[in-house]
Amino acid sequence: MADKKKVIVRVKRQAGPQERPRWEEFELVWRPYMNVIICLRDIAERPVTRAGKPTTPVAYESNCLEEVCGSCVMLINGKARMACSALVDSLAQPIRLEPLTKFPVVRDLAVDRSGMFESLKRVKAWVPIDGTYNLGEGPRMSPELQAKGYPLSRCISCGACLEVCPQVNEKNNFIGAAIISQVRLFNLHPTGAMHARERLEAVMGPGGVADCANAQNCVKICPKDIPLTESIAEVNRQAIKQALLGWLFG
Amino acid sequence: MRQPRVIVVGGGLAGLMATIRVAEAGVPVELFSIVPVKRSHSVCAQGGINAAKNTKGEGDSTAKHFDDTVYGGDFLANQPPVKAMCEAAPAIIDLLDRMGVMFNRTAEGFLDYRRFGGTLYHRTAFAGATTGQQILYALDEQVRRFEAEGKVRKYEGWTFLSAVLDGAGVNRGICAMDLKTMEVRTFPADAAIFCTGGIGAIFARSTNSVVCTGSPQSALFQQGVHYANGEFIQVHPTAIPGEDKLRLMSESARGEGGRVWVPKRPGDTRPPLQIPADERFYFLEEWYPKYGNLVPRDIATRAIHKVVFEMKLGIGGEPAVYLDLTHIPRETLDRKLEGILEIYEKFLGVDPRVQPMKVFPGMHYTMGGIWVDDENQATNVPGIYAAGECEYQYHGANRLGANSLVSCIWGGMVAGPAAVRYARGLDKGCESVDAGVFESERKRQEELNQQLLRQEGSENPITIWKEMGAWMTEHVTVMRYNKNLERADAKLRELLERYRKINLSDRTRWSNQTLNFTRELYNMLVLARVITLGALARNESRGAHYKPEFPERDDNHWLRTTRAIWENGGVCFQYDPVDTSLIPPRARRYDVAK
Repeated sequence: MADKKKVIVRVKRQAGPQERPRWEEFELVWRPYMNVIICLRDIAERPVTRAGKPTTPVAYESNCLEEVCGSCVMLINGKARMACSALVDSLAQPIRLEPLTKFPVVRDLAVDRSGMFESLKRVKAWVPIDGTYNLGEGPRMSPELQAKGYPLSRCISCGACLEVCPQVNEKNNFIGAAIISQVRLFNLHPTGAMHARERLEAVMGPGGVADCANAQNCVKICPKDIPLTESIAEVNRQAIKQALLGWLFG
Repeated sequence: MRQPRVIVVGGGLAGLMATIRVAEAGVPVELFSIVPVKRSHSVCAQGGINAAKNTKGEGDSTAKHFDDTVYGGDFLANQPPVKAMCEAAPAIIDLLDRMGVMFNRTAEGFLDYRRFGGTLYHRTAFAGATTGQQILYALDEQVRRFEAEGKVRKYEGWTFLSAVLDGAGVNRGICAMDLKTMEVRTFPADAAIFCTGGIGAIFARSTNSVVCTGSPQSALFQQGVHYANGEFIQVHPTAIPGEDKLRLMSESARGEGGRVWVPKRPGDTRPPLQIPADERFYFLEEWYPKYGNLVPRDIATRAIHKVVFEMKLGIGGEPAVYLDLTHIPRETLDRKLEGILEIYEKFLGVDPRVQPMKVFPGMHYTMGGIWVDDENQATNVPGIYAAGECEYQYHGANRLGANSLVSCIWGGMVAGPAAVRYARGLDKGCESVDAGVFESERKRQEELNQQLLRQEGSENPITIWKEMGAWMTEHVTVMRYNKNLERADAKLRELLERYRKINLSDRTRWSNQTLNFTRELYNMLVLARVITLGALARNESRGAHYKPEFPERDDNHWLRTTRAIWENGGVCFQYDPVDTSLIPPRARRYDVAK
């Protein structure tokens, strides 16, 4: 590792969606437990490049800083991960920071991931309740079913799984592992299951679950260790079953 | 009949619940949030949500929940709304359960409950140790459903700048800024519900998320909305120190049996597991035998300060104590606490299943906030409502763990219909207001942007922010001395002067985060003064507000709600009596059962 007292950070800058990207390098003072967020804050406090040229603070998204809100994902040394949990001491220097490549750049490291939320709408990722009135308790659920659903429900919509998926590209509009995993979550909930059919229909067309090419990059990159490939296999099975039944009895 | 218009600002638990309730009433909602609502700070709530369901045969009841909450808050809360919240809590749990929240279950398939601070009952429903995240997602999903049906329109990536008030001082909409294009725009509405969360950024380092600046509350305050009990700041006893953030280690760690201790010998440098049990000082268990590690947060935090700073017993002489889970079976830890153990492991590289965690208190929550009335979550300005952490009414002088989620949701449930009733009852809605009212507010806000973008000087906003945070943390958190509070306020006034010399290192008009942060910084400085001056005035100790020079609670003089009012560019205070009509105030102690 480089000199412990300094941290060298290279940031891919882009002033706006249509602007040309360029690289800037910064030299920061090392401190214990430093993470990439602290590096970006140091730059904001003294926005001067290593060459001594004044520049602007780096634009990036962040919020909870404990890997539960999903905001601060970026490419760190080429890998899609959360900036808050990327500790400087575990990173090779110079540390390279780049925006995700599968989403439109807004500015610098900030990208537009609103498409993921649109996809959640498309698959009806919710339990359709009758209303917020007092209608008594929810359905009974075994601890086993809860233990299956809870990990799926921890998806922070960071988009890392889309970033690493070869099927998400300019030619193919694959909906992505995170969304398919939500279909599985709502289809296993006792009330959610009543509308499983609609959700499956939403992932049966072009860009749907059948477009997964089984690269399995998603499950390796997921910061929340969600069993994404299991989810894809399960939803695929449900979709095939529904298609077959539709074909036989439709 | 005209269709009323309602705006909700903030998309955490309170804002989403308010949105659902307004949409359910058939009124369209415009929902504003700085971040995509799914990334709101509510995701950070870990341990659980309280409701007296009495599922463990302990004889728990909503009356006991009410008493615990009032007593835990050192009798500063007006009691009728607290009672209503505690009575509503069991049905709130049912509702969340119906929405699909993945709460932990018992073998019979019912919801499981655990213990939390300031109570002797198993009253806290939980979803692992990421309960806030799970509940936020459930509400987010319901709002998305309304959005798909065209009943909710989201403005994510917009920040609130100010309310639009007409000549009579009635709210007629809001002024907001698109954080991408930096466009400043006004949005007419008959009522606006503010659910803008905590204020942690005022202390620079806290357990709060980046967006928890309190800027909207402060902006409203400067427009005439009253701010109550600002001096009551909760410092959570167990957080992991960090330069960017103090990461919370949930009270549920102690609820599941975690123990807090330090080595008995000062400066003992042995690894913790090599220190035998009789050479460990389990100070909370010793000092508070009845509640032990589950005393309320203000009590635990002061105990840790005493052990570290007065008794000099911090681990290896450092400001830290052990939070020890190593005696609990790994399977139990993974099933009930995984979310927080993962945080400790990822950020410190140590497995807390094997090694005791090192923790220290960190600023966590504001009990104070926007003043609202008892029944409707209505502020003193017609058409402005508030719910969630940004308002003051449920937690008195100290909030009990796992009461925040229930107060956010309940506040949203009340505020939504109240705002609808108000909007429907108006003779003339926002559409009848002269366009000049909106345009002049928009111009005023745009001019503030221009001024910052033009301004020359030598100051950096982050430097000023860090100085403010350091002063607030040192002098306006756990131990408060009048001399230091006066110095802190002088410092804040100095920073407000220096603010005028801020030189923006980014003067562009696209996604300029520096400009937005600098605007928030001004509001933080003003709110910091409200907190500091409120603390200076209150010469007693109550809940989280502790003055060694005035160590006792003084009901004769200070059983009063602090109400801060902005007058002629300065902070003034008035004091209201507290409604203690249901539970007469009594001494608060946790060494014995109450």
